[in-house]
Amino acid sequence: MNNKTKVKVENLNCFYDDFQALKDINMEIKSKEITALIGPSGCGKSTFLRCLNRMNDLIEGARIEGIVCIDDYDIYQNGTDVVSLRKKVGMVFQQPNPFPKSIYDNIAYGPRIHGIKDRSRLNEIVEKSLKNSALWEEVKDRLDTSALDLSGGQQQRLCIARALAVEPDILLMDEPASALDPVATSRIEDLMKDLAENYTIVIVTHNMQQAARISDRTGFFLMGELIEFDRTETIFEKPAQQKTEDYITGRFG
Amino acid sequence: MNRFKEKMIRRFFQLNGLFVIFVLIGIFVLLIRNSYPAFREIGVWNFFSSAEWNPTSFTGPKYGILAQVYSSLIVTFGAMLIAVPLGVATAAYISEVAGPGVKNILKPTIEILAGIPSVVLGFMGIVVIGPLIARVFNLNQGLNAINGSILLGIMALPTITSLSEDAISAVAKKYKEASYGLGANRWQTLVSVVIPSALSGIIASIMLGMGRAIGETMAVLMATGNSPAMPENIFDSLRTMTATIAIELGEVPFNTTHYYALFAVGLILFIMTFLVNLVSDIILHKYQEVD
Ligand SMILES: Nc1ncnc2c1ncn2[C@@H]1O[C@H](COP(=O)(O)OP(=O)(O)OP(=O)(O)O)[C@@H](O)[C@H]1O
Ligand SMILES: [Mg+2]
Repeated sequence: MNNKTKVKVENLNCFYDDFQALKDINMEIKSKEITALIGPSGCGKSTFLRCLNRMNDLIEGARIEGIVCIDDYDIYQNGTDVVSLRKKVGMVFQQPNPFPKSIYDNIAYGPRIHGIKDRSRLNEIVEKSLKNSALWEEVKDRLDTSALDLSGGQQQRLCIARALAVEPDILLMDEPASALDPVATSRIEDLMKDLAENYTIVIVTHNMQQAARISDRTGFFLMGELIEFDRTETIFEKPAQQKTEDYITGRFG
Repeated sequence: MNRFKEKMIRRFFQLNGLFVIFVLIGIFVLLIRNSYPAFREIGVWNFFSSAEWNPTSFTGPKYGILAQVYSSLIVTFGAMLIAVPLGVATAAYISEVAGPGVKNILKPTIEILAGIPSVVLGFMGIVVIGPLIARVFNLNQGLNAINGSILLGIMALPTITSLSEDAISAVAKKYKEASYGLGANRWQTLVSVVIPSALSGIIASIMLGMGRAIGETMAVLMATGNSPAMPENIFDSLRTMTATIAIELGEVPFNTTHYYALFAVGLILFIMTFLVNLVSDIILHKYQEVD
């Protein structure tokens, strides 16, 4: 596989006020691959993910230096249309965050704001997205009930479905399977592999086996630094850095 | 020793709470006891179905409450027409759009607005808004329904704005993030996520503002012209329930039908504001459970 580069990150630094959360990150994310980000809690994985669709813009005091190019376009340059950037770079957040609306309206929200009004078209999108996120069978008879009544794992899948409904180019997933049982997890993993045929996926996970199972490349973060970034087999079988090996074998973290 | 202290403190707060309830019930009982003779002498049906209020008529006094109730409602409705869009829009602006600088000026300003005595506003109604209305609409005078509505709108504005603002800024950040993350812009996020999530709080704020407007006396008394007849349009002078009580109660002889009738008006007013407040309370409760 010698895919072309989808996202190119150069010398990326991210600060929350005076605290530097990311230090000089360089990374090339390949098109139509799954890139996994691993590392101990608080090392900056979510922060990095949020730099890729400019969600950090919403945080007061957050500041970014460096370059993030998506399809050779620097998304931090002046005049970038952040709204269409976020449509193109979808995100599943670490905490499930369904709207206090019905299941149906949650999924239809994205398509609606992007101008799809036709009811049957929306029905189609809702069904397809829910099937893709392995939630359809459980909710198909209660699409009108509140999404807040779903269980945590169901909410997580709902948020995946909601992100899929917008048909992004790149999908950023922050621990999308943290509250899922093994069956749902493996369905989500299968889904990601399917999606990777057409989408570029970046996933944060605390589950080493999951990273090894599904990803093409893995990046290991530690205290705001990208310690190592390589093909997943390399990271898991013969990592170049001692720190990576220590982390993967569970000797710290 | 500490136990004892704690017990005393608890007692103290309990007594305070009981006192408030006691006062409320006391007022209610007083109103009912003093209105009862009015209902007996005038007749319940007569009281509610007639629009004619003329306690000093030589041909026999008339005690119909309809024109007053209608006047109170129409002035309040007009006030809401002004205060709701303005208040909610201001609230949304303060919490979602304004930078910290503007916010720090706007919020206290609105709170100061709440502190303006209603008699001062009534004065403004007479010397500023009245002549303005007269000039704009080509009337001989401007003491009428819209004048009252404008003043009441101004008075309800702080309540609606600051409570709506609380509700809007209480909308969890994660909902906004979810919306922005899907590529929604600010406006879409505000209209489709933030306001619906804050809706019960906003409605409660409107109800409270409305409760205040219905019960307000001095400003409407000064600004609406106080003609007791049924108003025909928004340029008519009218007289609200509150104004009627305020104008007549000082001069009425004790224990006459007229005296009791004014208590009956007060009772109806009390029930109306009580219901409005109750509804807003229920809505607020529901809102808190959702969160
Ligand atoms: N909004 C914020 N304001 C200030 N500091 C923040 C903010 N968000 C994150 N941080 C800090 O930045 C660092 C990285 O946080 P981040 O959420 O990216 O970690 P993470 O790798 O995703 O951790 P986890 O695995 O627990 O989710 C942490 O030290 C955190 O305290
Ligand atoms: Mg995280």
